[in-house]
Amino acid sequence: MIKTLTLSAAVALGLGAGSAMAAGGESHVEDFAFSFEGPFGSYDQFQLQRGLQIFTEVCSGCHGLRYVPLRTLGDPGGVGLPEDQVRAYAEQNFEVFDPELDDTRPARPTDNFPANTGVGAPDLSLMAKARAGFHGPYGLGINQVVKGMGGPEYIASVLSGYTGEEKEEAGVTLYENHAFPGGWIGMAPPLEDGSVEYQDGHQNDLHHLAQDVAAFLMWAAEPKMMARKQTGLVAVLFLGLLTVLLYLTNKRIWAPVKKRAKGEAAE
Amino acid sequence: MSGIPHDHYEPKTKIEKWLHSRLPIVGLLYDTLFIPTPKNLNWMWIWGIVLTFCLVLQIVTGIVLAMHYTPHADMAFASLEHIMRDVNGGHMLRYLHANGASLFFFAVYIHIFRGLYYGSYKAPREVTWIVGMLIYLAMMATGFMGYVLPWGQMSFWGATVITGLFGAIPLIGEPIQTWLLGGPAVDNATLNRFFSLHYLLPFVIAGLVVVHIWAFHSTGNNNPTGVDVRRGSKAEAEKDTLPFWPYFVMKDLFALSLILLIFFAVVGFMPNYLGHPDNYIEANPLATPAHIVPEWYYLPFYAILRAFTSDVWVVMFAGWITGGIVDAKFFGVLAMFGAIFVMVLVPWLDTSSVRSGRYRPMFKWWFALLAIDFVVLMWCGAQPAEPPYSTIALIGSAYWFAYFLVILPLLGVIEKPTAQPDTIEDDFKAHYGKTGGSADATPAE
Amino acid sequence: MSHADDHEGTRRDFLYFATAGAGAVTAGAAVWPLINQMNPSADVAALSSIQVDVGGVAEGTQLTVKWLGKPVFIRRRTADEIEMAKAVNVDELPDPDARNANLPAGAPATDPNRGLLPPGAEPGTDSEWLVMMGVCTHLGCVPLGDAGDFGGWFCPCHGSHYDTAGRIRKGPAPRNLPVPMAGFADETTIVLG
Repeated sequence: MIKTLTLSAAVALGLGAGSAMAAGGESHVEDFAFSFEGPFGSYDQFQLQRGLQIFTEVCSGCHGLRYVPLRTLGDPGGVGLPEDQVRAYAEQNFEVFDPELDDTRPARPTDNFPANTGVGAPDLSLMAKARAGFHGPYGLGINQVVKGMGGPEYIASVLSGYTGEEKEEAGVTLYENHAFPGGWIGMAPPLEDGSVEYQDGHQNDLHHLAQDVAAFLMWAAEPKMMARKQTGLVAVLFLGLLTVLLYLTNKRIWAPVKKRAKGEAAE
Repeated sequence: MSGIPHDHYEPKTKIEKWLHSRLPIVGLLYDTLFIPTPKNLNWMWIWGIVLTFCLVLQIVTGIVLAMHYTPHADMAFASLEHIMRDVNGGHMLRYLHANGASLFFFAVYIHIFRGLYYGSYKAPREVTWIVGMLIYLAMMATGFMGYVLPWGQMSFWGATVITGLFGAIPLIGEPIQTWLLGGPAVDNATLNRFFSLHYLLPFVIAGLVVVHIWAFHSTGNNNPTGVDVRRGSKAEAEKDTLPFWPYFVMKDLFALSLILLIFFAVVGFMPNYLGHPDNYIEANPLATPAHIVPEWYYLPFYAILRAFTSDVWVVMFAGWITGGIVDAKFFGVLAMFGAIFVMVLVPWLDTSSVRSGRYRPMFKWWFALLAIDFVVLMWCGAQPAEPPYSTIALIGSAYWFAYFLVILPLLGVIEKPTAQPDTIEDDFKAHYGKTGGSADATPAE
Repeated sequence: MSHADDHEGTRRDFLYFATAGAGAVTAGAAVWPLINQMNPSADVAALSSIQVDVGGVAEGTQLTVKWLGKPVFIRRRTADEIEMAKAVNVDELPDPDARNANLPAGAPATDPNRGLLPPGAEPGTDSEWLVMMGVCTHLGCVPLGDAGDFGGWFCPCHGSHYDTAGRIRKGPAPRNLPVPMAGFADETTIVLG
């Protein structure tokens, strides 16, 4: 890990994290309760909107969201902004390069969130799926079944896991973070109590902010989660019915054969 | 078709006769569908249908995914996100395909171990067994190349490590590796050819599956007793068998439906459980994940690959006797392929005169240990290559080879089998007479 | 099962039919996603309607935008151009059909039927806005603006002349330049599609 850091800060910020995770660093990931957990859980639209606000005001300064189309902010089951608000949001917040104009222009809903590689911060489009907060025990994968993969929990834990300590190493300032594998992260604490003001006056202590933006990033990584769970549920219910019918049919077909075998065995 | 006497298709109408004299396809389908099947097959005999379903599922979802996928190093990762976010139902198709591979391998492992326990590989079914092993190898190749296509970190580094295995072959290894990759490292050329081959191989598998089925339809199915179906007359054979339709079709469909229920629960509610988070990071040739793990279904053989390090005495001995040509890396590669090769040879390594493990009191325990060994090796493969895991993996690998090369040949000589039933009919009657016709046959012990 | 008498055979038949039916529904449900995945994906569908800012288009100039992979001409016509277009007898046109997707099929190719009405304008009145596909109806070349014998568009490929309402007047092209589905979202924004 240290070697990686000295090689390049960008790598340390991005890929190093996932790698060290897999190696089983001593990180403490809190099991946040998200509304979208479990087979019936769904995204909390207002939480996603708050998360979007945090992303826009704070994260987007360094991080991109390059695989997420802006228009999907209007998709039902997700952030669910009205169409005109999506358009206004895109125009007001982002500029994109248009090869046809050979110039930059305000973003449209049909564009993606722009990439942001300025300071080498990793793209956040898939961050909530590219990290696993929970492992084990003993590499058996049971925790992942019970608690989930823990991507958003990991993000929220990192954001709220700074201890306030910092150190300098090879010209890079590192911040102590008890959720980050290895314990020292290159990203300065991005959030603190009250650093983002919600319009609706929702609680904005660090814990809530971290959870809101983590929920938003889960949506960004898996926007079709609701559709997926719904399909899964319908499939399971219908296959349940089919299984019962096939069980009865199979039993009925075999009944005479088994009856005969039983009769002959009794002779 | 089958050596078991049974009714054959008789063309009746003029049209049927016309077709039958030119192409006896209806007769072929008839013989396949109504083939006499041992009536005592238990629930371990349903995996063939599950595997056939998996092959169809993978081919169908794969073809539609290919309509949206771009096999280019710069665009592959983004095209997957296009599938996941924009294509109608694309997220389901992709998760079905990714998890379908897991179901495929899960089923094939149970199918293989079923064969190992009930002696399905023994004469006269050696060809069925060998064709089955070829299918398994083709599945491994297909799955490996398919995993490269998303072009995530694990795709890239998995491809680098696995193709590196060929580089371990002395002298010709490096040219072969370069030829496989189409360059000095995994890059666009590799991705393109892997896509092409990943599309091709499933159809090769489908062809092999036809041969596999043809082979065991010629010899007749094995069954839990390993006792042959009586073939003296049709009446005699009918006491031991039932036609495949409807008895076994319905039984298999019931089992398939139940398995699919669980499969859809996984796809719907935890589709990323069996994947690796690192594969949601785009491939980066400049940064290696600290811990490269293959997909779960390769783990037992990956563990065998890593188990033979340079401090193991067999490796040192092999190095000494070959004058250093066989080093630890090459030995590991040989061990991994050898572990599969000993399975191919099992029809001739097993010297027992009894087919089914049910009547082999000592074999049962060694077999159970092999099954546990397989799971332990799988677990070791996912752990870092350091003590105590490396030691456990070495012991597990040693047992794998010992089972096939030492234990199986010896058991045939020293073991005293218990009494087998005279006929399949007797076994069937004994079962239903005893349990009073309870719902269904018991699963394998 | 209420309609059936409690007979063994009937109950068995019902079970078989129910199983076969459920199996058929399952197979059918599996087929639909395979068909639907070939329909336009969300990113393509999102491009089927675009907004164009025409606030900067001065009188007598035109804007060409790409929509559905094809050029669309958005022209703000001068009073002279409108007069020229209105002076034509529709019955003498090679193609007397308006070819306007916003109007019922077969509407006559009068100038008001070709133009796009700004917000609040009475239907049937003159409009300075002309929005049409920039694809020659002959063989699909892109005609040049402010050119040709009729002061409108001229296709350089085979010499088709279009007038100031985009109607074919001379040359091999068979039809007027088609007017796509379009409307004003506000004073300065046109929605295509």
